[in-house]
Amino acid sequence: MSHGEHAPVLDDRQGPPHIHHMDPPTAYHAAKFGMWLFLATELLLFGVMFAAFGIFRWKYFEEFHKASKHLNWMLGAANTAVLLTSSYFAAMAVDHAQHGRNKKVLSSLGITIGCAVGFLVIKTIEYSEKYHHGYFPGGENFHQYKTFLPLYFCMTGIHALHVIIGMGLLGWVASLAAKNRFSERYYTPVEVGALYWHLVDLIWIYLFPLLYLVG
Amino acid sequence: MGHSTGSGGHSELGHIVPLKVYRTVLAILLVLTFITVAVAQFDFGNMNLVVAMVVASVKAALVALFFMHLKYENPITWLYAAIPIFLLGLLLGGVFIDDPFRISPQDAVVAAAPAEKVADDHGHH
Repeated sequence: MSHGEHAPVLDDRQGPPHIHHMDPPTAYHAAKFGMWLFLATELLLFGVMFAAFGIFRWKYFEEFHKASKHLNWMLGAANTAVLLTSSYFAAMAVDHAQHGRNKKVLSSLGITIGCAVGFLVIKTIEYSEKYHHGYFPGGENFHQYKTFLPLYFCMTGIHALHVIIGMGLLGWVASLAAKNRFSERYYTPVEVGALYWHLVDLIWIYLFPLLYLVG
Repeated sequence: MGHSTGSGGHSELGHIVPLKVYRTVLAILLVLTFITVAVAQFDFGNMNLVVAMVVASVKAALVALFFMHLKYENPITWLYAAIPIFLLGLLLGGVFIDDPFRISPQDAVVAAAPAEKVADDHGHH
């Protein structure tokens, strides 16, 4: 694409990049709809794990009940607040982009990514706690909760992977904002990136009470 | 598609949500998180799970409707947001109709009425 005569120009507030055979509003709505489609598959990816959690909780209720008491709900609640705040700033980034305020897009996304780092730091504290008490796979106490713990690590691990991917995605969007790429007429990457981030938040909204509180 | 607010008139792109909405939604989400944690400190048996999931669903709906702008989206986006929820319902429904009523081969050999025991155990929660 970069070799074509229609390569996007990086001037200030240039408007949407030129895409053949598609007017900018159509391209905007197509991109957004594409992300919604992808999010639908993401929901099903986690949905399978939620179904597994549900059925094993039903079968091994005592184990799940006891095991969830070993999780630090205060750290879980803190991480919930951190992610909700990060989502708010992602939404703010979209608003700033819709008004063509690139610097504010950059700072809002900076706060979102900062919250994501905070989330991962707290998650690392939790994981290392589990490791030191032998609840990691291969640890000496792992067998006590051998149904709950694999689900816990699988669900939170894949969620954390999404947090890391989201950080990369929003980092890329922020780099575009730093180049003044967004305007009232073009802010598709901000909106689509924020959509992905909100889903990461949305999944955690269910993970937190399921794993930490009701077990 | 958006009904443009203010003087902009770029209604062919997305809806611009008033900032007050974002702030209110964040406040409600944080309050609901507090409620979830507070309720979990008491033992209401299986009602704990019900309350936690209802509150979580309210939070998820708020995030989807306002942060993700679903409230202002077209019907086709609503449809594709609803499809995975429907499929998830099918999966959960099917699993819970099937699995709890299965009798494992060991149980069938060891005891005559294992199903009753399972049902009993569950009744106490």
